[in-house]
Parts: sequence; C-alpha cells; structure tokens
Amino acid sequence: MRTVTQERALAILSPLAVLLLWQLASDAGLIDQRYVPSPAAIAKAGWSLAATGELEKHVWASLRRLSIGFVLGAGPGILLGIVMGLSRWVRAALDPLVAALYPIPKVAILPLLMLVFGLGDASKVAVVAMSVLFLSIINTTVGVVQLDRIYFDVARNYGTPWYRLFARVILPGALPTIFAGLRISLGVSLVVLVSAEFVASNSGIGYLIWSSWQTLVVENMFVGIIVVTILGVLTTFLLHECERLLVPWRQI
Amino acid sequence: MSAIKIQIDRLAKSFGQDGGKVRALADFTLTVADGEFVCIVGPSGCGKTTVLRIVAGLEKADSGRVDIRPSGAERPLNAMVFQEHGLFPWMTVEDNVALSLEMRGVGKRERREKVGFFLDMIGLTRCRRHYPQQLSGGMRQRVSLARALMADPEILLMDEPFAALDAQNKLILQDELLSIWEGSQKTVLFITHGIDEAIALGDRIVVMTAQPGRIKAIVPVDFPRPRSAAELRADPRFGALELSIWRMLEDEVRATRARTEGRAEGRA
Repeated sequence: MRTVTQERALAILSPLAVLLLWQLASDAGLIDQRYVPSPAAIAKAGWSLAATGELEKHVWASLRRLSIGFVLGAGPGILLGIVMGLSRWVRAALDPLVAALYPIPKVAILPLLMLVFGLGDASKVAVVAMSVLFLSIINTTVGVVQLDRIYFDVARNYGTPWYRLFARVILPGALPTIFAGLRISLGVSLVVLVSAEFVASNSGIGYLIWSSWQTLVVENMFVGIIVVTILGVLTTFLLHECERLLVPWRQI
Repeated sequence: MSAIKIQIDRLAKSFGQDGGKVRALADFTLTVADGEFVCIVGPSGCGKTTVLRIVAGLEKADSGRVDIRPSGAERPLNAMVFQEHGLFPWMTVEDNVALSLEMRGVGKRERREKVGFFLDMIGLTRCRRHYPQQLSGGMRQRVSLARALMADPEILLMDEPFAALDAQNKLILQDELLSIWEGSQKTVLFITHGIDEAIALGDRIVVMTAQPGRIKAIVPVDFPRPRSAAELRADPRFGALELSIWRMLEDEVRATRARTEGRAEGRA
C-alpha cells in the first residue's frame, strides 16, 4: 500500500519538477524565450485564450471530429473484423485489400477526402475514421481468429444459439484484442486529426497550433501543444475506463 | 445388465487431406449400458478423444454410427467436461455453471437460484463471483463438472478432465466424482491417460490400440461400489489389474513412440 502511494506521488511530482526546472531555467535566461516561453508565460496565454472562449471553440471542434470519426471507424471496423475472423472466405477476399490500404498514410488521402467530403468537418471526420477503421479491422480479426476453438466446442455442446454465441463467446473473447486496437487507434487518430487541422481547417487544436506558428505567437502554439497532450491523456483514460468496465476479467 | 444406452457401431474417422491422411479411428464398436461408467484408455493420439467428440456430435464420423437411446425426458442427451481450458474466462464461476440454463433462455434470477445447489456441491459457493483465472486448476475442473451436471444430461462425457491436476488433487476429484455419480445414475464415458484412474472410476475399461485406434480389449472392473479412489489403491487386486492393463498398453505406446521418432528423423 505504501509503495503504491509513493508511486502515485512520484507520478505527480516528476512532471511538476520538470515544470519547475523549466521555469527556473527560463528565469535564469538559460532558455531563449522567443522559441520556448516559460511555463508561466504559456499559462498566461492559455488563460487569455480561454477567457475569450477561443480555446473552448478549438477544443470542441477537435473533440467533435475525433469522437465522431473514432466511432465511425471503430464500429464498422469491429463488425467487419468479426466477420473476417469467423469466415475464412471473407478473410481470403478482404485480407489483400486491407493489407494494401492499411499502410497508406491517411493524411496522404486528405486532399482526396476533401474533394469528396468538402472543406468542412466531414473530411476531417473521414480521415480519422479511415485511420481507425483499418486498425480496428486488423485487431478484431486477430482477436476472433485467436479464440481457442474449445470455446466453440463448449458453446455447441451446450446448445448455444448463434446470437448468444456472438454475444457471450465471440465478442467477449475478442474484446481484449479489440481494445488493444482501439488504444493504438486513439493515438493515431490524434496525430492524423492535428495534421489535418494544420492544413485544412480554420478551427481545432491543430489549427490553433499552426496559425500561432504562422503569426509567431509562440505562447499560443505551446498552449495548443499542451492542450492536445491533455486531450490525448484524457481520451486514453476514458478508453481505459471503458475497458475496465467491459473486460473485468482481465483486471484481476 | 440394464438397458443399452449408447451403441457405437464400427466407427471410423480420418483426418487431413488425401496426401497426409491419418487414420485416427477404425472399426470402433462398443455398447454402453444405461448408468454405466466406462473408461477409455489408450496411447496419445489413438483417437479416444475423437470417439468422445463423435458421440457428443462435435465431429462427424467417416463411417459407422452412434445410437443413443434417449430416456424420453426433456433433457440434453449429453454434456461434456472438457480438458483444462474449457471454462469461459470472461464468465464468473456462477455464469459458467449456469451456461446450459442461459443458452436455453432461462432468466438471470432463476439461474442464480438453480446454480446454488451445484455450487454447494462442489464447495465453491464463496467463489461464485470469481473468474476462472482466480481459481486453482482443481477448482476450475470442479466448475467444469458442475456446469455439465447443471445441464442434467443423460450421458456425461469426460475428456481427460483431471489430466492437468497434481496427484493429490486428482485423488480428491476422483472421489468427488464417484460420490456425485453414484447418486446420479448417469451414463459416463470417461477418457483418461491414467490406468489407475480408469480402474478407480470405471465399471469397464476400454483399452485402445495406437493409430488407427481400435479396441484392443475391454476389461471389466468388479470392485464393489461405493468406492473410494484412495482406498482402492491399497487392494492388491488393484495393482494386478493395473499391471495387466499396462502390459496391453505398453506395446501400443512403444509403437506410437517408434512412429513419432521415425517421423522426426525423416524430417531431420
């Protein structure tokens, strides 16, 4: 118990120590404030951005694109992955397609997506969804294929109808692997979203960072970087909580 | 002898494609009486599990037939106790035991009530909310057994259920199985590697040959019941029977070994 408390304390103290060192180094003139402003300056910039409501607007824009894109990619990805995992024919038909499309950097098709979906949110949502889709397909397929065949035997032996087989055997059995895929997807979709907002948006955290760079408001750029970091940590935490709720047997 | 329960007639089964076809089972004929406890022993890969899977309907025979006489009551014909990994890791102990009820569409409340008796029987009431990985191997196989009994099948099929347990736990579970079975009048087909296990549990022992699996001998075991797996071992006739069955198996095990070693050399 003591060790756990100490570990937690360290986990909080170490980032604070870094901030403190950073501030001290800035005050001592060891860091060029034109490139890397002090934590205090960044906090001040963040505060004024928040006060005007601009920060909130950007956060919501990014969060909206991220969550919609994530769901639109993960949902069909998981369903398709399950079908591929269960049927070797579907797998044989779709594996080469997935293998070919997965490695394409999704940012590379952003122009194409903008052509199709327009300049608004839809293209950003689509690029996030594309990134999540393939990772979800691949991980779900693996999760289903890896299911021990003894589970299917047990289910058959106990007269399991197909919908219960799906809900009580296939889905829960593949869930740990599905979540592993979702965790990776989350990181990737943040990267893709911010990149898309750099070049093709006038709202969102990516836009905030990029436009601050263009106007050389370095403090605001750092606010954007820190906010996107926090966004990453929070969404990861949220996903982790979902996993704890849905995969309780793995938490022991 | 009471009425016939299972009639297995000239079962044959091969695995693999035309080139590397392996004959797993050939000409397997066996009649099991209602309420009888039959053990099947044989060298690894002799197709004993295949027999069980065919009887369970999990596998189709190439030829031959299995005839099970249902009692007419509304209950499943068979339930299988699988080898060690047969429990669902994502279901709690009580959900695993109640599997047959859930699959029949019995509601959650009724399941909770009915499962209590079997959890008591295996002494795991305190662990009803645990997940299988929190249990020891012996506890897990108790849950497997309770799950099969909960289904109340006419035939209990057991596929080396105690193989992964240590010797002491094995003895305890054998005794538990005996006392549960002796009150149940269920027909049991029990697959095992252990000759001693087969003697302690069975009314008859089917000794199988190596690939393809055929019946080499059927040995009656006439120790009186109720039995105790532990006490039975002190009986001098136990050792004599064990030795005589081992003599039958020895050649088959050596034959299997020679074949696998030959295959390994061929590959090297």
